[in-house]
Amino acid sequence: MQGEAQHIRRVEGVKRKMSTVYRSIKELPAEEYLAPGHRLCAGCTAATAIRQILKAAGENTVVVSATGCVEVATSFFPQSAWRVPWVHIAFENAAAVASGIESAMKALYRKRKTQERINVIALGGDGGTFDIGLQALSGAMERGQDFLYICYDNEAYMNTGIQRSSATPCYAATTTCPPGKLSEGQKTEKKDLVAIALAHNIPYAATACPSYPIDLMNKVRKGLDVEGPALLHVLTPCPTGWRFDIDLGIDIGRLAVMTGLWPLYEAVNGVTRLTVPVPRREPVSRYLGGQGRFKHLKEEDVAAIQKRSDLLAAKFGLGPVRS
Amino acid sequence: MKRVGLNGNYATAYAVKMADVDVVAAYPITPQTAIVEKLSEFVANGELDAEYINVESEHSAISACVGASLTGARVFTATSAQGLAYMHEVLFMASALRTPIVMANVNRALSAPLNIWNDHSDAMAERDSGWIQLWATNAQEAFDVTVEAFRIAEDESVQLPVMVNFDGYLVSHTYEPVMLPDDKEVKDYIPSRPMANRLSPKLAYSTGVVGPPEYYYEMKYQAIDAMERSRQRIREIDAEFNSRFGKNYGCIQTYLMDDADYAMIIMGSLTGTAKVVADALRARGEKAGVVSVRWFRPFPGEELSKALKGIKGVGVVDRAVTPGGPSSPLFTDVASALYQTGERPVLQGFVAGLGGRDVSTAEFEMMFRTIKEAMNECRARPSIYVGLRG
Amino acid sequence: MSKQKLKSWKEIPMGGTVTEPGSSVQFDVQSWRTFRPVQDKKRCTKCGMCWIFCPEGAIKKNADGTFDIDLTYCKGCGICNRACAVKAITMVKERTQ
Repeated sequence: MQGEAQHIRRVEGVKRKMSTVYRSIKELPAEEYLAPGHRLCAGCTAATAIRQILKAAGENTVVVSATGCVEVATSFFPQSAWRVPWVHIAFENAAAVASGIESAMKALYRKRKTQERINVIALGGDGGTFDIGLQALSGAMERGQDFLYICYDNEAYMNTGIQRSSATPCYAATTTCPPGKLSEGQKTEKKDLVAIALAHNIPYAATACPSYPIDLMNKVRKGLDVEGPALLHVLTPCPTGWRFDIDLGIDIGRLAVMTGLWPLYEAVNGVTRLTVPVPRREPVSRYLGGQGRFKHLKEEDVAAIQKRSDLLAAKFGLGPVRS
Repeated sequence: MKRVGLNGNYATAYAVKMADVDVVAAYPITPQTAIVEKLSEFVANGELDAEYINVESEHSAISACVGASLTGARVFTATSAQGLAYMHEVLFMASALRTPIVMANVNRALSAPLNIWNDHSDAMAERDSGWIQLWATNAQEAFDVTVEAFRIAEDESVQLPVMVNFDGYLVSHTYEPVMLPDDKEVKDYIPSRPMANRLSPKLAYSTGVVGPPEYYYEMKYQAIDAMERSRQRIREIDAEFNSRFGKNYGCIQTYLMDDADYAMIIMGSLTGTAKVVADALRARGEKAGVVSVRWFRPFPGEELSKALKGIKGVGVVDRAVTPGGPSSPLFTDVASALYQTGERPVLQGFVAGLGGRDVSTAEFEMMFRTIKEAMNECRARPSIYVGLRG
Repeated sequence: MSKQKLKSWKEIPMGGTVTEPGSSVQFDVQSWRTFRPVQDKKRCTKCGMCWIFCPEGAIKKNADGTFDIDLTYCKGCGICNRACAVKAITMVKERTQ
């Protein structure tokens, strides 16, 4: 029935160890902490990712959103899709705001015991993380703030209409790096966010994709469990910006992983481990061919991208390309 | 009560310590750095139980303060000039979201050129940010205003962030005798009581939402109304502070105004020089008076008008400029307030002390003389740039 | 969306806070649809893939492990149809008014 909110029990915040490791879809919690009726595009895999993230985190979680698709589409006054405490301040400071919240909870718990510490998740898009938000993220990681930073990466500034970010992959078309007579789209390869995070000596960092929900949700719990900063870099295919049919988002995410372009791994205290093996890689053309942002690609561009997949395969121990 | 030799920075740090803040966001910038350095000593020695966040920029400093404040923690940060300017966008958010943050702004000139010395351009650039702005003119006042600031900010009917301004070097670095109340006296005045946790999972509120055109206006008006209503509360809080600690603070400070023929309106530490020169003028039979503005936001237009009632010649000394504007910031607010209450003295504008330029007693004599002459001629001269070479 | 009387500045919670969690359920998104999912419950193996991939959370998990698509919140993206391995969901074009 329209307007009927789900009945969710609320308790005072407690930071406790999340010992459950999910092994099957059936074990995943049923509660929805992202309410429907949000204004994200039909077929938005970021929405899927947020649902999965919040199921893993549970109700004792405060989410700090940076400005972007998720923030704008879920918090249009007087409606909010959030069923956990949520705050948005600005574009570049999710990690700084989260630092303040986390420190305050520590202080208040120690001084007055009036409230206990809860999960703190800072959520930013690739624009709000790789570009304008990198400084605040770096500061928070260096200081060892106890929070989980999640970057949902749709590989461009999608909320403002598909402009390039430093997470836009090489050769992709966006409105500020369009292909043309003198251009083939994005000129540089995307930054390695997990590597940047690991350079700060944080205890946990990982990549994820909502096409692999159990992997993603276990990583959320591990990230929340560690004392100190954790980073989760989630690939969230965008039908509007990547130009594919709205029912294909999860499939395309799966292809990103299966082509070796988005290896799913985690780094525990700097030691990397692949979490989703890829015994036989799909050729990258299967991934690129289904997306309008790559339709201008020449053969040599596809070959260059295949090379990138080969390098990642060598680095992470992925299998050969299926013939 | 203890008499201690402190400069403005250290006095502020002691006030923050006695206020038992929960979170300090710290970033260095001349000339406020000693505040955060002193606070870090207090925290390191266990004299202040607070989480001390060594943020990586002022933008993150104020962002962390907003986040911390929303959980109900008492928070503090300090900055100057470029740091304040870097915080600019978040200042508007802090006031609109009603976070009771207290921030010391040690007034320093905005670049370019780079200048670490005192003027008021930094605070003036943020006059529209919705923060309450209070001004201290010496180290004692820096302590007193900071203590009051927590009370004002956290008052249930106010709930607005407060900026405590005092002049860089002139107040921040100059040692003076400061009367420090006992720790207990301060804690009685600003008790650490639990404040609302707006990020509690029990409530699951969404804060900092999108306010489309059909709502933004009303949401902004809430903060405007809060600022207006704060006048009464700040008046009451000043009165309580005065009775507890034996002071006489108000929204303005009047000096020799009872029978003044002409007056000078001024802000910040130059108030001291103005008073010294007014004394000298009085000794010569000149009836000069001084009004020092202590609240800048909310602007005490009515009280100012009352203080200037019947005075035919008024000068306004600005320590900041508004290029292309009809006049400089303080002059503009004074003129606007007077116009609204119907007072029409001859209003003479001065710009002095930009970028830490010293303003001598001779220059003050010149200013008072100019005010008197303008009054007698019933006509103000265009704004005078005091001490400008060429 | 029901036409609500717009709140005055006094009625809006302080700071423009939304005090009702999940109030987005009041917003009409079903009118976005071009296609609508139709379930064939006899084919369903209760794998849960449609449920975990739905961007809206429009698919409810029942106590007996079956799933119900709540069309009130469905934008008709078709991800559930793609996710279902046994074709228990088909996409049908919405009738024009």
